[in-house]
Amino acid sequence: MEQGQQSPVVVQQQNPENKKITLTGYVGFDTITRQIEKKLVKRGFTLNLMVVGQSGLGKSTMVNTLFAAHLLDNKATQKASDPIRQTTEINTITHVIEENGVRLRLSITDTPGFGDQINNENCWESIIKYIKDQYATYLRKELTPNRDRRIADTRIHAVLYFIAPTGHSLKPIDIIVLKKLSDICNVIPVIAKADSLTLEERAAFKKRIKEELAFNNIVLFPYDDVDTDDYSVTEADRAEKALNQEMRDLIPFAVVGSERNVVVDGKAVRGRKTRWGSINIEDETHCEFSQLRNFLTRTHLQDLIETTGIVHYETFRTKQLVALKESTMSHSR
Amino acid sequence: MDTPVQIIDQTITPRQLKGFVGFSNLPRQVHNKSIKKGFQFTVMVVGESGLGKSTLINTLFNTSIYPNKEPKEPTNETPKTVDIQTITADIEENGVKLKLTIIDTPGFGDYINNENSWQPILENIEARFDAYLEQENRVNRKRLIDTRVHACVYFIPPTGHSLRPIDIEFMTRLHHRVNLIPVIAKSDILSDEEIKSFKSRILEDIAYHNIQIYQPPIYDNDDAETIQENKDIILSMPFCVVGSDKPFKVGNKNVRGRKYPWGIIEVDNPEHCDFVKLRQMLIRTHMEELKEYTNEVLYEKYRSQKLISSEVANSNDTLNPLSQLDEERRKHELKMKKMEAEMKAVFDQKVHEKETKLKQSEDDLLAKYKEMKEKLEMDRINLQERRRQAERGGRPGTPEKKGRKFFK
Repeated sequence: MEQGQQSPVVVQQQNPENKKITLTGYVGFDTITRQIEKKLVKRGFTLNLMVVGQSGLGKSTMVNTLFAAHLLDNKATQKASDPIRQTTEINTITHVIEENGVRLRLSITDTPGFGDQINNENCWESIIKYIKDQYATYLRKELTPNRDRRIADTRIHAVLYFIAPTGHSLKPIDIIVLKKLSDICNVIPVIAKADSLTLEERAAFKKRIKEELAFNNIVLFPYDDVDTDDYSVTEADRAEKALNQEMRDLIPFAVVGSERNVVVDGKAVRGRKTRWGSINIEDETHCEFSQLRNFLTRTHLQDLIETTGIVHYETFRTKQLVALKESTMSHSR
Repeated sequence: MDTPVQIIDQTITPRQLKGFVGFSNLPRQVHNKSIKKGFQFTVMVVGESGLGKSTLINTLFNTSIYPNKEPKEPTNETPKTVDIQTITADIEENGVKLKLTIIDTPGFGDYINNENSWQPILENIEARFDAYLEQENRVNRKRLIDTRVHACVYFIPPTGHSLRPIDIEFMTRLHHRVNLIPVIAKSDILSDEEIKSFKSRILEDIAYHNIQIYQPPIYDNDDAETIQENKDIILSMPFCVVGSDKPFKVGNKNVRGRKYPWGIIEVDNPEHCDFVKLRQMLIRTHMEELKEYTNEVLYEKYRSQKLISSEVANSNDTLNPLSQLDEERRKHELKMKKMEAEMKAVFDQKVHEKETKLKQSEDDLLAKYKEMKEKLEMDRINLQERRRQAERGGRPGTPEKKGRKFFK
């Protein structure tokens, strides 16, 4: 290099009036969406779900119903002489399910023993620790000098919190755990075994739950303000906001789960049969199972994964790195 | 040929009546007397909130004893202990008066830490036993008011799995003091097979932990229908119940039930739930049994335990009630004297402390006063000095002071 040669000056020229530029021919970069899709389908998706709730609320049945496959075994196999669990355990089961060529690696984390003892203080500790540990593992893998190209994502993308259908209000343990969980990951509360409530009771219960959530400043998924500053407000965004608002009005979902089929109007559908009628879980007037399933899998799946990455994980990462910096600074003194 | 061998007691000879005597009227006399006196029945309901306890009570007695729960505003203050609330209602049917007392236990099992949540309940039951014991030991026993708990209906949430630790703990602590009747609450959520497996699992758990739930007794001299009924009742325990006080129209009759989008469940239909059996047992057939069992077995057990453990009964043979009363009165007086002496001692001590404090401050003040007085003296002497100096002749430089006129 000759001495005296200046480094190239970078001049950025902006389009002065933001004129819309029209193309005079077909370029073809609109196929990028298909290219991305092909790549993603080849790679497969990962969804990590956690179910939290007292035993007997139908968590395992719900998961099996949501994904139309027998993924979890439920508890009705213990005997009276088996010892009762003393702490909240964390059990993760991973399955790979496929639909139309799209592979989903589904991990379900079950929390047996939560809220089952007489003294339930700090039964949520192991759950919070587990979620944070997943973030910590991911962070560590990100920070290593030779990191993998694709870090295996074990972070919990959504927590389904099961509320007992008392019909009155949230229990103290529900409020505390919901608050703690909503600070670190996406929480979707559902009213379990909703077939024990009539429609008026259900509406009153939901209203009461929403009041209590607002009173305790608990903010749940879907969040409002994630992407709005990046893009201009288009028709699609408005539709998305409307959908989010609709979902928010519906939360908590009143669900009924079933792996067995009953015959309704000559067709076999999934449901529960009683002596005074049969419940069809796909029927939207009976329960909100189909809305929950659509919300989780058909409309907001990508949103859940993304929000975990860009909101919750980032919060955790910031806190960790700030703490790390402070500790190294105090060490170097 | 095989005639049953009857062992006839030789001292009691059965006789045939030659005419109508009339003592077959005795039951009717008892009946009339009891109706005049009226009946008392005390039931306790225990279970987590939201299991339908109040609704079930209203449904059982066909009146709204419990008003509908008003939704409260969400607050941050939560009560910390189990409350005991009593409601008494006088209801009448066909001239028979019943004084019904329902004891509710709001807060049981609702908190995060539910240890010792049975403690207030057990204490309440034992306090009622104590009250009755005390009444029995009085010299004048004319008006005995029986507030003892005759039955405790325990509500099990319909998980469909098994009994929870809190259920087992509660029942273990209370089964020897009260007639326990466990019921599966809100059972319309369970299907038939689930109910069957849940009931058998509950009975297994109960047997494993040696819990004694109330078993309606079967008498041999009952008629076959009653025996069959009792057997049915025993087989269906624990009852799976649904409560409702709202009427609906099904077909062309009015029923009490719950209306779902997929059907209406009728509370009074024995095919739908066991509510009818529970009502039968609690009110129609076994109310008197429950009271008798409480009086003869549970209360007696408590009484003997209590009396053995108290210091008076060192000899079990003669327990003269009057001397016992004297003894108790003496003990009571001693206790009062001791408490009085203690309080007096505390009072004296406080007085002493205050006295010393006051004396201290008095001394301080005195010292201060002396000090100030001395200072004042010093100042006065100083001033007198200066006055003398000033009178002797003006010091150079001392200006004519104002206000010295009075020195002249």
